[in-house]
Amino acid sequence: MSKTDYTQFPDQRGHFGPYGGQFVAETLMKPLAELQRVYAECRSDPTFLKAFHEDLQYYVGRPTPLYYAERLSAAAGGAKIYLKREDLNHTGAHKINNTVGQALLAKRMGKTRIIAETGAGQHGVATATIAARLGLTCVVYMGAEDIKRQASNVYRMKLLGATVVPVTAGSQTLKDALNEAMRDWVAHVDDTFYIIGTVAGPHPYPQMVRDFQSVIGQEVREQILKAEQRLPDHLVACIGGGSNAMGLFYPFLGDESVAMTGVEAGGEGLETGHHAASLSGGRVGVLHGNRTYVLCDADGQITETHSISAGLDYPGVGPEHALLKDLHRVQYTTITDEQALQGFHDLCHLEGIIPALESSHAIAFAKNLAATLSKQKIIVVNLSGRGDKDIHTVAKIEGITI
Amino acid sequence: MNRIKQTFLALHEQKKPGLVPYITAGDPQVSSTVPIMHALVEAGADVIELGMPFSDPMAEGPVIQHAHERALANGMTLQRVLDDVAMFRQDNDTTPVILMGYLNPIEIMGYENFAKAAAKAGADGVLIVDMPPEEGDALSALLRQYQLDSIYLVAPTTSVERLARIKELGTGYHYYVSLKGVTGSKQLNIEEVSNQVAMLRQHLKLPICVGFGINNAQTAKAIAQVADGVVIGSALIDKMRTAGTDQTSLLAEVKQFIHTIREAL
Repeated sequence: MSKTDYTQFPDQRGHFGPYGGQFVAETLMKPLAELQRVYAECRSDPTFLKAFHEDLQYYVGRPTPLYYAERLSAAAGGAKIYLKREDLNHTGAHKINNTVGQALLAKRMGKTRIIAETGAGQHGVATATIAARLGLTCVVYMGAEDIKRQASNVYRMKLLGATVVPVTAGSQTLKDALNEAMRDWVAHVDDTFYIIGTVAGPHPYPQMVRDFQSVIGQEVREQILKAEQRLPDHLVACIGGGSNAMGLFYPFLGDESVAMTGVEAGGEGLETGHHAASLSGGRVGVLHGNRTYVLCDADGQITETHSISAGLDYPGVGPEHALLKDLHRVQYTTITDEQALQGFHDLCHLEGIIPALESSHAIAFAKNLAATLSKQKIIVVNLSGRGDKDIHTVAKIEGITI
Repeated sequence: MNRIKQTFLALHEQKKPGLVPYITAGDPQVSSTVPIMHALVEAGADVIELGMPFSDPMAEGPVIQHAHERALANGMTLQRVLDDVAMFRQDNDTTPVILMGYLNPIEIMGYENFAKAAAKAGADGVLIVDMPPEEGDALSALLRQYQLDSIYLVAPTTSVERLARIKELGTGYHYYVSLKGVTGSKQLNIEEVSNQVAMLRQHLKLPICVGFGINNAQTAKAIAQVADGVVIGSALIDKMRTAGTDQTSLLAEVKQFIHTIREAL
């Protein structure tokens, strides 16, 4: 069999094999075409790329370290575990890599108003942050349920000058926030740029967000070669929509020796139905502008998801992950809420790092994986965000009042 | 000749604009859908757009979103929508029924299963809001095979180049989205719509129905000057919502509202 060229995806119309595409109402086809055109220019424009990388360096604080987690590795008792420290980015997660890129595009396209959806609030904060810096109006849609769960991020967005609009439709969570942002965009297509926070949505978003997040994997490649003089054996990242995973995996897809695992939110266990694992427990459908794996019932109605981490609580997943699953290039698995909590505490105790609950899924899986591998093997885990935002959730579960 | 073609030909001969009400199947009750469809026809509707409820209706304003939510809470499913069409056809063999909704339930049912079942039930056309012609080849081909029309949206942002694509794939009629926004919006500019529809006529041959934001008899009348049909959705559902749950008063309210609009046209 000939080697797959992973750089061929997506095709001209945004398809990753049978996935992706542009499943949107007619009104949005024009702004998507414009975005596609401008992004295609920018992708290879040295001036744009220079501005993007300067922002990443001086504003976001890149490159982030690749840190050898010695005590976590020892506790696992097998392979060496390295952590890519995306938690050290400005605003505390990988999300800002993408918002910096998209905001530069917005500016270039002459848009004066930015909208975004957010679940846990990390993408909302990252968007409000860059909007403030560039002097753009910012409106963030957030499910009314999530607003209750993530009060501190709501306040952060307001401090940054954004308007946070509560969404009371449907399940009042991330998917409904995305619906509402799409509705806003339809009504304000002329002056508004929609910054989607993950590698999902209509073309060109999955490609664009992947490209902006690929800085993660590019840095890991250089850093691991410097530290170990060879490529890692295994990459691990958590997956909600899948942007941090795509960012880590993409630059390694062509390296056959590098295995990869995407860790979805298993919630209370796949068998209970209370989870957010679209790839492991969903079916192929169409949601939010792309064909991908979705969580829905036998009638095609999107089902409510459950995860301890709001950032993974999404019933779809990026279309490129759907393709990589079918091609068996990446393995997808799940970690339950309980296992993720264990991963959270492990990292706190063993390494002095409070990880986001999202990233804790990847930590928990990597620790188990490391235990099955020899000490010569190398695993790189994307520590996609810091956990300060989650301390109230963790305390509440453990019956502690802060 | 199919019902859609026949209906618009007859309207054209009578120099009458078509009245195209939209309701969401299963709202306010599962049992009310077929009686409402008959009431619409009695009051002067020419074509019925029957909404297939979906959990994430991205192009809808709050009124129709809530109608979808109520319908799903009532236990409405895609299969039951098709059953309703079949039941309606037992007493009405002339009024075209267009199934309008979102793609995911159809993806899950399977394109061919859906096309076959919709044709068997007696539907006439299908309009999938989140399926632009670029993504519509497979479903439209199957719909054609089962003699169902594929109705595509045309928007104020649709470029002339893309009109060619819509013309190629679209059958039955074209649905012109009168404004940049969601259903039930309030900022409809009649002059702009008139100019747009006149422009569309140079490129498109099928009848053009206009919808989104037509909420009263006066606006309907103005739009009917230029369009082959006017679509009334949110305003009708709003009337139904305030009519209460008693079926007799609900049907009376529906008939009166549609009758007023028919008279104005």
